[in-house]
Amino acid sequence: MTAPADLRASTPRGGAVARGAKTAFDVKSVRGDFPILHQAVFGRPLVYLDNAATAQKPRAVIDALTGYYARDNANIHRGLHQLSERATAAYEETRSKVRRFLNAALDREIVFVRGTTEAINLVAQSYGRTHLGPGDEVLITTMEHHSNIVPWQILCGEKGARLRVAPIGDDGELLLDEFEALLGPRTRLLSVVHVSNALGTINPVKRLVEMAHRRNIPVLLDGAQAAPHLKVDVRDLDCDFYALSGHKLFGPTGIGVLYGRERLLEAMPPWQGGGDMIASVSFEKTTYNRLPYRFEAGTPHIAGVIGLGAALDYLESIDRDGCIAHEDDVLAYATRTIAALPRVRLVGTARRKTGILSFVVDGVHPHDIGTILDRQGIAIRAGHHCTQPLMDRFGVPATARASFALYNTREEVDALAAGVRRVLEVFRA
Amino acid sequence: MTPDLGDLYQEVILDHNRQPRNFGALPGANRRAEGFNPLCGDRVTVQLEMQDGVVQDIRFQGSGCAISKASASMMTESLKGRTREHAEEMFREFHRLLTGVAGAPDAAALGKLVVFGGVREFPVRVKCATLAWHTLRSALENAPDIATTE
Ligand SMILES: Cc1ncc(COP(=O)(O)O)c(C=O)c1O
Repeated sequence: MTAPADLRASTPRGGAVARGAKTAFDVKSVRGDFPILHQAVFGRPLVYLDNAATAQKPRAVIDALTGYYARDNANIHRGLHQLSERATAAYEETRSKVRRFLNAALDREIVFVRGTTEAINLVAQSYGRTHLGPGDEVLITTMEHHSNIVPWQILCGEKGARLRVAPIGDDGELLLDEFEALLGPRTRLLSVVHVSNALGTINPVKRLVEMAHRRNIPVLLDGAQAAPHLKVDVRDLDCDFYALSGHKLFGPTGIGVLYGRERLLEAMPPWQGGGDMIASVSFEKTTYNRLPYRFEAGTPHIAGVIGLGAALDYLESIDRDGCIAHEDDVLAYATRTIAALPRVRLVGTARRKTGILSFVVDGVHPHDIGTILDRQGIAIRAGHHCTQPLMDRFGVPATARASFALYNTREEVDALAAGVRRVLEVFRA
Repeated sequence: MTPDLGDLYQEVILDHNRQPRNFGALPGANRRAEGFNPLCGDRVTVQLEMQDGVVQDIRFQGSGCAISKASASMMTESLKGRTREHAEEMFREFHRLLTGVAGAPDAAALGKLVVFGGVREFPVRVKCATLAWHTLRSALENAPDIATTE
């Protein structure tokens, strides 16, 4: 059912990328790059499995942040002095790094925002408000994060438009026939998650984009969970917008990216007004700045951008093929190990998954699982993962979610399994 | 079991989690409130049959963790036949037990509820234990709004 081309488009990062002189992926040495991992919590070695909430930062990112504040701090795009020149250069270099990371065509298609949430709101408020009218529709799916639901509800409420939701099967895969049937003459935008943060499902986004484009419907992809695990190529995917969060990509919080196809961005009105986004201002008339500055009103999170640049450099420096193989191995091992435990049921069993293992334990609420694991030094998330409609779909109030990053190991999966056994013991389940 | 987890998940609490008492709808209820913990999504509904300021009957419904379920269950047990004033007094003591704020709790007034003392060592779980009580309070006030732990 998945076309080979599609598989290639969002295969775990790898492919041709690792052909350079990089040394083979070595998880031990990678762990050495993340200072926070080397600590005890409640007397046990920290096992950090909450990476989908936010990932840890390599030393290179931490150093880039302190280095920027210690040496280069200045406002950008407006100083004539040396520090401002340096800060501006580092800021704009990161834009190019992001462009390369996403394989976008142009630097000006890369807009810095606070994160995925803000990126989606930008599209809703700018593109959405100018393209939606009464009776029009926005299509999303059952597995969206609240940040890809609520902005559309607000927009639809304002415009008298309708939010449609494509259903999924019990395994957590989109039902493609139903999906396609929902792409109608009134659909003005498709907004869909690339990788589900609650299930780990990798959606066949290239195919979804093809289906939408056949009907001239533009597509936004929520890449918050895809960017840390997959090789993302916006030109190959042919999507119109792509949103991601720096903090899930080993960069700082408070910084993210909206990729937008130039032709669409060019025609979009600004959504926030202020400094930097203008070409000239008089009380009679203001001319807006060119792309991407039109969408970057005010002093941005300069340090965050520079930290994100360091995170992308870090990802560039490791052997991605090996990294991906390692991540796949850990997730497969975790899936086998956790599913084999008594009273455990996995939530989300799509054929193509990355990074995430959601589960429930019969008779034990996920919050209790979270507390008991925490006391063993294991950090997971327990809750609805900002996907309440998805929880309703699966008939559970919440799940326990272990989410993995490139530095996690099989040994940590063993610790998780021992932790869940402890949960069963405590509850005499 | 590490001692601190044992303090939290006491046998009595696990028992009420497995077999909650007074669970279900209360047909003769004349007070009712819903509670919601926005942090974790737990929901509870408390229904009361009040007569002359006395709790004649009380039941709860909802879903939540062991702490919130056991707390709701034991709350209903300890309130039957009590006056409204007594219920409010118990909530004050219960809150003191969980937070240590405003002095030591009155163990005699709390009775069986002292098993929740271990929750104090797990600050993020305090709201799980108080959700049912917050909801009770808004049922007693017959406040139409949804009670929250915030
Ligand atoms: C799939 C998905 N979309 C959107 C978001 C929102 O990201 P942020 O909170 O960084 O804006 C998240 C993060 O939790 C996510 O996992």
